[in-house]
Amino acid sequence: MEYLLGIQGKDFVLVAADNVAASSIIQMKHDYDKMFKLSEKILMLCVGEAGDTVQFAEYIQKNVQLYKMRNGYELSPAAAANFTRKNLADYLRSRTPYHVNLLLAGYDDTDGPGLFYMDYLSSLAKAPFAAHGYGAFLTLSILDRYYKPDLTKDEAVGLLKKCVEELNRRFILNLHSFTVRLIDKEGIHDLEKITIGTKGPITA
Amino acid sequence: MALFDVGGFKPSAELRGQIFPAKSHLVDRVNHYSFGTKTQEFALPLGVDPSGFLKSCNSEGGVCIDLNHGTTTLAFKFKHGVIVAVDSRASAGRYLASNDVNKVIEINPYLLGTMSGSAADCQYWERLLAKECRLYRLRNNHRISVAAASKLLSNMMVGYRGMGLSMGSMICGWDKKGPGLYYVNDNGTRLSGSMFSTGCGNSYAYGVVDSGYREDMTVEEAYELGRRGIVHATHRDAYSGGVVNMYHMQEDGWIKVCKEDVSELIHRYKKGMF
Repeated sequence: MEYLLGIQGKDFVLVAADNVAASSIIQMKHDYDKMFKLSEKILMLCVGEAGDTVQFAEYIQKNVQLYKMRNGYELSPAAAANFTRKNLADYLRSRTPYHVNLLLAGYDDTDGPGLFYMDYLSSLAKAPFAAHGYGAFLTLSILDRYYKPDLTKDEAVGLLKKCVEELNRRFILNLHSFTVRLIDKEGIHDLEKITIGTKGPITA
Repeated sequence: MALFDVGGFKPSAELRGQIFPAKSHLVDRVNHYSFGTKTQEFALPLGVDPSGFLKSCNSEGGVCIDLNHGTTTLAFKFKHGVIVAVDSRASAGRYLASNDVNKVIEINPYLLGTMSGSAADCQYWERLLAKECRLYRLRNNHRISVAAASKLLSNMMVGYRGMGLSMGSMICGWDKKGPGLYYVNDNGTRLSGSMFSTGCGNSYAYGVVDSGYREDMTVEEAYELGRRGIVHATHRDAYSGGVVNMYHMQEDGWIKVCKEDVSELIHRYKKGMF
């Protein structure tokens, strides 16, 4: 039901997530933000089972902040991804596994941009582009077809829009708005939300 | 919680574990601020496995005990505060246990909680939340925010994940940031929003309130909308009914607006319906 997307460009990572928080057939929120800021240049996108997502994401978020407080410098995106994966693996082998699927996107001052794909079985893969959710079945092939390693920011946004259009055309669920963010050497930037069709329920 | 390790603080349970090596920690008074830390302390007797017991009580185990969220509750924010409206039916399977239950829990004069799912769970945990809110006020000399109160409740739920708690509640209040409304669930969901409805009649309530909602409603219009939401849901949903209990959360606390029988209300509305 939920959809996450990440595209790595030459010197940035573009990420997008849908905005629906659902409970069985009801949309409880239509402006829900699934991205968690781990540090100035690292974002984690988290979907999965209802209570697990926020609990696990906040746990990782606070621990990354704690590392910075203890040591005076921040974890790199690769280190944060491996830390997250290790926690996921440890909890998987306990009585209370966390059923969450993650994308971790970040910009490292020495290594450049990085996008990491993780799933609830604690697999970890660094990838140039990745997606989670049923929407991934429809959009991964579009990413395979049109992706280039040296995408500019505008080209990446264009590719993202192609994916969203395909979801709108073929996916049976209505995901009408997506939060979009971009991470580069300056930090995390909010881009314009992508919306399709009419607005959701109460807009207060 | 994160600063737990930085401070070098050793929970007494760990120290006791070093003196008396035992498999699990026995705590008689639970500190609810310690959720999510490595040393999980929960008031569970030794040798008890709630999740395993639960499995034996489901239809898979051959026993017909099914927990129903048989109710309709709704709450929405608008310019003049938060309206909370609930039905009053308690069903036990197909038997109607009571038609006159108050499903709004008055946590304190500026915080309200609604009840859906297991009545026992809602009453107990929200009563415990009332205790924690009072302690917060005494320790910090200012009232707890709605966000913090709902987070406390949500952490309590997360601690007992998978052990059979059943609670769908909306925490409503008015704090420094204005009117606040949070939805908290037994599986750890916590959402902030302008309108929520819980229980098996929630879809009907959403339909009516979504189509009649305006941010700039007058207070009377908001009361009517809340009333309509519950009445139409009780009309269609067999597990909701009784009376509409309505509360209005204002800046200086909540007031109880009305308690009206849904059958009388539905006859009044009938003219436009069929």
